[in-house]
Amino acid sequence: MSAEVKGRDRLVGIATPVVLLGLWELAAHFRLLDARFFPPPSAIVHQFAALIASGELGTNILASLKRLGLGMLLGGLPALFLGLAMGVSRPLRAAIDPLISATYPIPKSAILPLVLLIFGLGEMSKVVMVALGAFYPIIINTVVGVANIDKIYLDVGHNYRASRWQVFRTIALPGALPSIMAGVKLAVGMGLILIAISEMVAANDGIGYMIWNAWQVLTVDTMYVGLLVIAVLGFLFSVVLDEIEHRLIPWKGRA
Amino acid sequence: MAIASVLNKQGRPELVPSRPQLSLSGVSKYFGTSGFVALDGITIDIPQGQFFVIVGPSGCGKTTLLRILAGLDTQSAGTVAVNRTDEKRPVNSMIFQGDSLFPWMTVFDNAAYGLRMRRVPEAQVSDAVRSWLERIGLWRFRDRYPNQLSGGMRQRVSIVRAFANDPEILFMDEPFSALDEQNKLLLHEELLRIWEATKKTVVFITHSVDEAVTLGDRIMIMTANPGRAKAVLDVPFPRPRNVLELRQKPAYGDLVFHIWEQLREEVQRARQNAEGEKA
Repeated sequence: MSAEVKGRDRLVGIATPVVLLGLWELAAHFRLLDARFFPPPSAIVHQFAALIASGELGTNILASLKRLGLGMLLGGLPALFLGLAMGVSRPLRAAIDPLISATYPIPKSAILPLVLLIFGLGEMSKVVMVALGAFYPIIINTVVGVANIDKIYLDVGHNYRASRWQVFRTIALPGALPSIMAGVKLAVGMGLILIAISEMVAANDGIGYMIWNAWQVLTVDTMYVGLLVIAVLGFLFSVVLDEIEHRLIPWKGRA
Repeated sequence: MAIASVLNKQGRPELVPSRPQLSLSGVSKYFGTSGFVALDGITIDIPQGQFFVIVGPSGCGKTTLLRILAGLDTQSAGTVAVNRTDEKRPVNSMIFQGDSLFPWMTVFDNAAYGLRMRRVPEAQVSDAVRSWLERIGLWRFRDRYPNQLSGGMRQRVSIVRAFANDPEILFMDEPFSALDEQNKLLLHEELLRIWEATKKTVVFITHSVDEAVTLGDRIMIMTANPGRAKAVLDVPFPRPRNVLELRQKPAYGDLVFHIWEQLREEVQRARQNAEGEKA
């Protein structure tokens, strides 16, 4: 594709939301839209600035990010190690696969009351919710990634007398990495959903709390700010993860 | 003795081995309960430094035989004896059919794989890999990943990976079958060039009679179902060989024709068997 066409695509991509926001602003201004439900973008920007100035937004974002980060580690690391072990060991896979298949379809949000019961209203319950969300996509993708490594690579490893550990380090792990990264991306998306839900139900800060509280006190502008922040966070995560993926998996080439 | 004369003809100043490097005795392989006989009593001695080619129709068990020799599979009966000349060197390295380079490693890391797995000091690894990659003209591609190389280049890297590991025996499982004719010709020349410089024992599997006659010192023709050794014959052409010149010689054509005659019966029989099973 030529650079010219690419540039035009990018321009169109930026223009579409800008035009829509302009139409929204005009519609709200001329009362074609109910400003109680759809406050004009200018009002949302105004509220955004006010929330930043008061420090409220910063506090809430940090609280959510901290839970998200801890939850990703708490759920992601065991999922990664267990997944790699399952990928390598057939008996382990046979033992644990049914458990995962059986518990995976349970909506994580449905487990929230149980998690609250066990971990209370403190930080831990939110972290555990994110961890649950991160665990499944990562373990499933890791197992698949290791198990689907082309058999010829294992033959090469055996023929060149690689030890079990060497096979793991030079073949299983790098071979599964693309699939693992796909799992991590899904996990982050799931984490964002779950952090918003659990903060709505059981928290005194965080973006989810901010949105829920805005509904309760009917500050609709703040609600939109919260949604905007989550959207932007999701976008930033995907940019960062793409970059990490490119660094970790240089042989794949940039898509 | 035949072995000694072969080696002398190659101008080898080193010891003439009293025992063959590889000695197969009654190697057989059966699959499952159906009693399918993939290999039936293969018995052959392969002297040190010989380029030994096994040629046969697909499904004759030649790849199974090679995997047994390389320790990637086990025989149902019979013995495989390997005579080692140097305990420190690895027994064998295999050049696989198709793409076997690790996509996640650069050309350099792929070529260094065998040496690194046996924990050769990195300085030595670096020297060996460099000299091998230079010899085959791929040193400037050392930082590329396999998906950035052509099929011919990839197969050259896997040849380097095996040679750099400095094994006593090299196993090659139809390493050029996926390449086009031009690339195949170039790689035959390249393989002969580096092999003639090292004179390692080679067991080479192929279904191509031309390839067998071009490369080999001795050829074993295999039959299919059951996989048996039908004939073993010497290739009388001197070394170093020039692939194109060799192919113009009448003797080359005669030998190819002779092998083809033997194989044709086998291919026809295999086809009849396959059709019989379908019907």
